[in-house]
This record gives sequence, C-alpha cells and structure tokens, in this order.
Amino acid sequence: MLRLEKRPEPSRAWVALSPLLAVALTMIVGGALFSMLGANPFEAIRTIFWDPIFSPQFSGFTRPQLLVKAGPLILIAIGLSIGFRAGIWNIGAEGQYIMGAICGAGAGLALYPSESPLIFPLMLLFGALGGWAWAMIPALLKTKLGTNEILVSLMLVYVAETILASAASGFLRNPDGMGFPGSRNFKEWGNVHNGELIANTGLHWGVVAAFIAVIGAYVLFSRHIQGFNIRLTGDAPRAARFSGVNPTRIVLFCLGMSGALAGMAGLFEVAGPAGQITIDFNAGYGFTAIIVAFLGRLNPIGILLAGLLMALTYIGGELAQLMLGVPGAAIQLFQGMLLFFLLATDVFSNYRLRLAKKEVA
Amino acid sequence: MQDTLLSINGLTKAYPGVIANDNVSFDIGKGEIHALLGENGAGKSTLVKMIYGLVSPDKGAMTWNGAAFAPPKPSAARQAGVAMVFQHFSLFDALSVAENVALGMENPPKPRDLAARIRQVSEQYGLPLDPSRDVASLSAGERQRVEIIRCLLQDPRLLIMDEPTSVLTPQEVDILFETLRKLKSEGTSILYISHKLEEIRALCDHATILRHGKNVGTCTPAETSARQMAEMMVGSSFATPEARDVQLGDTVLKVTNLSLPALDGIGTPLRDISFELRQGEVLGIGGVAGNGQDELLMALSGERLSQPGSVAFQGRDVSQDGPGARRLPGLLSAPEERLGHAAAPDMSLTENGVLTAGHRAGLVSNGFIDWGKARSFAEDVIAKFDVRTPGPQVAARALSGGNLQKYVVGREIVQKPDLLVINQPTWGVDAAAAAAIRQALLDLAHGGAAILVISQDLDELMEISDRFAALNEGRLSEPRAVQGLDMEQIGLMMGGAHDMEVAHAAP
Repeated sequence: MLRLEKRPEPSRAWVALSPLLAVALTMIVGGALFSMLGANPFEAIRTIFWDPIFSPQFSGFTRPQLLVKAGPLILIAIGLSIGFRAGIWNIGAEGQYIMGAICGAGAGLALYPSESPLIFPLMLLFGALGGWAWAMIPALLKTKLGTNEILVSLMLVYVAETILASAASGFLRNPDGMGFPGSRNFKEWGNVHNGELIANTGLHWGVVAAFIAVIGAYVLFSRHIQGFNIRLTGDAPRAARFSGVNPTRIVLFCLGMSGALAGMAGLFEVAGPAGQITIDFNAGYGFTAIIVAFLGRLNPIGILLAGLLMALTYIGGELAQLMLGVPGAAIQLFQGMLLFFLLATDVFSNYRLRLAKKEVA
Repeated sequence: MQDTLLSINGLTKAYPGVIANDNVSFDIGKGEIHALLGENGAGKSTLVKMIYGLVSPDKGAMTWNGAAFAPPKPSAARQAGVAMVFQHFSLFDALSVAENVALGMENPPKPRDLAARIRQVSEQYGLPLDPSRDVASLSAGERQRVEIIRCLLQDPRLLIMDEPTSVLTPQEVDILFETLRKLKSEGTSILYISHKLEEIRALCDHATILRHGKNVGTCTPAETSARQMAEMMVGSSFATPEARDVQLGDTVLKVTNLSLPALDGIGTPLRDISFELRQGEVLGIGGVAGNGQDELLMALSGERLSQPGSVAFQGRDVSQDGPGARRLPGLLSAPEERLGHAAAPDMSLTENGVLTAGHRAGLVSNGFIDWGKARSFAEDVIAKFDVRTPGPQVAARALSGGNLQKYVVGREIVQKPDLLVINQPTWGVDAAAAAAIRQALLDLAHGGAAILVISQDLDELMEISDRFAALNEGRLSEPRAVQGLDMEQIGLMMGGAHDMEVAHAAP
C-alpha cells in the first residue's frame, strides 16, 4: 500500500525539480494524446516547443510573438502572486486588464491628435489607475462587508466586458471609422504608439515593465518588510495579527497592486500589439496569468520562466493547429495538463511517498 | 499482581532523522492505572499512536490478552477495546453533547436511547453532563467529560488518557480521579500520560518512563519521590526556581474597566476587568481554559483594541494602539498557541524572529529587513534558551512543541521587555525546560520588568507569582497575595465548581 507522509520541511530538490518534471510529463502524455488524434507526437511536440523559436520557416514571425505574449502574462501574474502569497484570491485580473485599457486609452484619446511625448506616460498612469480602481471594488467590499473577493472580482470581469463592448461601439468609437465599432488605432498615432523598441524582437514598453515588476517583486519578497508581512499573512493570519500586521491594509495593498499591474498590462496591449479598443480585444491574459502565477510557484523568477513557457505553448499551439491540423481544444488540454502535472508533482515537495509495511494479521 | 492485558515487546518506530521509539517494552495489567512519563519528544505520543492503530511499528510486537495485536487502523483498535481521550478535543461547538457522541460512534443508537445511555453512564461514573447542551456552552472540563463518555460507551478494556488534567480545576481533577478509580475497580485498564508527577503518585499503580524514545525504567510511583521520577525523565537533576526578594517599583500596567465583546460570537467576552501591575512584580492569572485567557492576552498585546482609557502602559493610554506600537516602548507578549499564533509554521526561525522583534531589535531599517542581523538574533535566542534545532533556517513546524515554546518565549525575553504578558508559558514543555523558562521569567522580574503570567498550571502560578487572580467567565477576581492561599480558596476563586450542580439536578 502506498502512503503519503508529510515531510518536516519542504524538500528543496523537489521544489526545483517539479516544474521540469511537470513539463516532461506533459510532453509524454500530450504526445500520446496527439498521436491518438492522428498526429505524429514527436512532430507535434517539436512544433509546439521548438519551431516557434528555431524553425527557419516560421521563427521570423513567431519569435517576436514570444515576448509580446509573455509580457502581459508576466506583468499580470506578478501582481496576482502578491495577493496569492497573502491568501487573497484576485480572480478578476481580466476585468482589471480591460478597465486599465479603457481608462488609459480614453485618457489618451481625449487629447487626440496631440503629439506630446507626455501622452503615453499619462495613458500609462490612467491605465494603472483604472485597473487599481476596478480592484478596489472587491477590496473595499471585502474589508468593509466581509464579502468574498474571489466571487466579486470574477463577477466584475463580466461587468468590465460589457463596458468594453459599449466603449468600442459607443463612447470610444473612432469618429472617422465610418460607423464600425472600435476606437482609433494607436498604431497610426506616432509618439503615442507603444511599438517595438528594437525591431523584430517583440520588445515593447510592456515587456520592459514586466521585467521591472519581476525585479521589484523579488526585492519586495526577499528584503522588504511589506513582502514579509504579505507572506506571513498567507502562512498564518493569526500570527500576522499578533505581529502587528493590519489585515485591511494588506488586502488593499495586494488587490491594489494586482489591479494596477493588470491595468498597465491592458494599456500596453491596447496602445501596442492590439492597437485599438475592440469588442473582443481582451485575449484572456488575465485568466491565463493565474496559471502562470502558480506554474511559477508564486516566485518572481519562476513567473518569468512560466510566462515565457506559457507564451511558447500559445504560439506553438497555434502553429500546431495550422500545420498539423490538431484541434484547438487539444492545445488547451495540453496547457491544462501542464498545470495539472505541476500541482501533482508539487505534492512531493511537502510529502514523501512511503511503501507501508504489510500489516501483520 | 494481575493478568496482563497489553504487553508491548521491543516496539521501534523511526521517523526521518529521529528514532521516536527504540525497543520499548512494558506490560499493562488488567485493572491497572499505568502512567507513561517522559519529556516532550521522548516518544510518548508515538507509542500511544501505535497502540491506537494510528501508526504501525517498524519493529516489535504487541500482545492483547495473550494474542498478537497489530491494529492497522484506529477502528480495529477500538474493536479490540482500546479507547483514547486526546489532549486536544475533537468536538463540534455547534452540536449538542449527544450529537457529538453519536458522531464518534460506529453504529449510533437512536437519539433518545443515546441520551438515556449518556445520562446513565454519566451518573454511574460520577461525570455530570447534560446530553442536550450545546458543546459551545461547556467548560473545558465538561468537554473532556464528553470525550470520556464517548469512550466509555464503547465499554473499553484499555482507556488511554493524554494529559487529561491540564485543563481542569482542582475540584474537577478530583472528580476525574474518582471516575478513573471506579473504572479501575471494574477491571478497566488505564494508560495515563501526564507531566504532573504528584498526580501520578496519587493515582497510578505503575509508571513507565521514556527518555529519547527508550524505556529508562518502570517504578511504583507511590514509593518514588516526584523528584526522583523527574530526574529519571530528564536524565539529570534540574534547577528549581530560586526564592527572591521582590522590590516593587512604579506602576507599569494599569487596566481600568476593560470590557470586550466575544470575538465573532464564539469565545468569552471580557467583563469589567481592572488591575494594576508594578515593576518587578509577577501577577499570576489562573482559571479554567476558555474563561477569557486568550481574550485578555489579545486585549493587552494589541491584537484587539479596547475602549480608550482601558489599558495604560507606563502611564500612557495604549488601548487604541496595535501590537507593533505597543511593542516598541516595551510591552511584549507571548500567546498560548505556538504554531499559527506565536509563530508561523512554514517560516524559518529567523523569519519568526522578525515576526515580533523586527522593529524593537532593529532588524528592520527603512522598511528593509537585515537578514544578517535577523539570523544572529535567532541564533542568540537559540543559544540562550537551549533550543534544540539544527539552525535558525529550520521551519518552525519542524521543532517539537517544547523546543518551539522555548524559542517563542526566548524571543520575547531577549528583547528585554518592561512588561511581558505570557499565556501558558510551559504548556506541553518538559520539566527541565519548564524550570528554565520559569527561572528566566523570575530573572526578568528581578531585573525590574513586570510580568503577567496566564496559566492553567496552578503549581506553576504558586511557584512564580507574587499575586494571584483568577478569570471566570471573563471576569477577573481581586488579585491576592500568594502567601496564605490554599488550593480550596483558589478553586473557589476559579469558580469551576458550579458545573456540577446542573448534572445533579438532571433526572
């Protein structure tokens, strides 16, 4: 009989190994899945993990996409990880992302067609504020009325989507767009466009912000008392109270930070790769970032790597759909497997498997 | 003298890095009260878990009535006739006594029959208990009776009791001992785990003493002095706290009409508490668990704020200050629950040092933690208080209860408080460590600090306090000088006796 036994301390080896093991298991089981769907498993795995970066045929187009997709995922996931560490579950980053994009874009479009270099920073500020304000709704409801932030933040995603639809077809619609829904395109607005900083790399300001966020979160958690208080709140809320941590302030800080970072990600996206506010401009980054945060085990460096890996499976997945005719659902299954195997292997960081002795009759 | 009920032969159980039980052998006779003694981490729990089927031994065997006995799970052990009353009760507050008992049974009878049986057993063994009361309204002693009755309904042959008297008043202890003696006279064997040597001398026929997982001897407690048994447990003699001359200074803490509602409707409200505490003084606060001890600590530590003017520290009103703001001028506290309240389980000892010492010990500057300083702070506590651990990087949850207690108490004492509020300073700590902690508290008081000790161990309070007061349903009795108080008076101050009248009135 097999039995799980709690380790006195988490195993460092397992903490480091389990993401790699999870990727390997995902490749094996995913490969089996693809082969059952009639695709060559080795070719499928190569298409997903290798071709987007190294294939001479596609990489010219797909390689820059890696940073374009990883940037917002990392930025949002860093914000989420701050809350998750404290046991505050913001599931509504998607909504904060949308509201950041609408507020930031709206602030910029109000000044159209000025070419002032201050417009982009102003939009960024409003983007962060938009996401922050949207996250403050669950934060205040939680601290004042004791509501559950998981439900409230999630519900607000659907409110934000409705506001997005009305922005795209109403108050932010391009006056010169001949009645089509969608805002003016930032790609045609010189100074304000959040374009590539270095050609053909996909590197835009949002990616830079993501890297800064990774470093900031790393310092916060490893050196700063606020990061310590957040971890303490997540590990032992009563001990945190005893230590003198004010739980209300932790809730406001964590939800505020994750909202602001998600809002900034939304603004970078709308002013850059997406280019304009459209009804469906949001691509689910806010939800995928939850997976990225956990895949990176809420560690800033881990999130950086997990964001890149997740971006790779997105791009590779699309490539596999195109080249091998693998259905899109199989790709989503593949991404889900990654999280599943990570959580499964993660059990062994805190538990060891024991072969229980045969019982004496 | 009697037939053997349970014979333990060479039981060995190893956990990673530690041998919990090493070739332990002893016998428990039928109708015998057998004590199991040992320091924390000596392997008592592991041994009991093997008997109760929670853990299976690596080596060795047990026989039950002469037949091989190796319960693969607790239900098998219960089937054979082993019952256990745990130190921490597993009862649901929102359910009645009868419902709680039914939940622990394999085939519960109809509610009405069960209530009748509970009444019958409770009268037969002198354990007053009303089956229809909600557990939330019971005292700790009454909760223990629920657990005991739950066991007795299974007609056990062997009843295991883990530290049963730690939550009882002297009167309740007497009631419990009567019950246990009655059970014994009917032929039930009892395995009795305790730290309280005098109790064991009064109650038990034999005692087996464990040290570092080994059986270091069996004795007849009535013929052995408490000191001899303690030295067998520890393996050496230990210091008893020295007498001291008390020099009282200025008033450090003044509590005036402190009242607080119960938290979330559960727990005990504090009602109109007033007292003063002066430099160099140790005030002991006794009382049965659940009469406002936690609440009083939280009101003094700053975890809960009280109405302005109710708590003054060094002449300044701190009733609206949080824990951090009270700590800086020197009001430190150590709560009862080690894991989860005094310390964060998954954090290292270094990090747990920052938890209360961050600002006061200068481990944090401009919001940034100096991990080098934090580490030396933790090492300092570990060295001064003899915390047995590989180092400060170890997670708090990996320490045994006694070692962690030394760490969390030491963490506050090292910070040189002007007032230390401490709840259950030696709860679950072995005799040598308990003596060391008490001595450290006395030294601290001698150095001019004021100390408020909340404890359920009356011997401890009598030993170290200058004045004594008791909490009863959130009210604090008038503090009285310890000299001249006897157990009877203390029992009445604690007011635990009122529980018995209810049951005698029951049909």
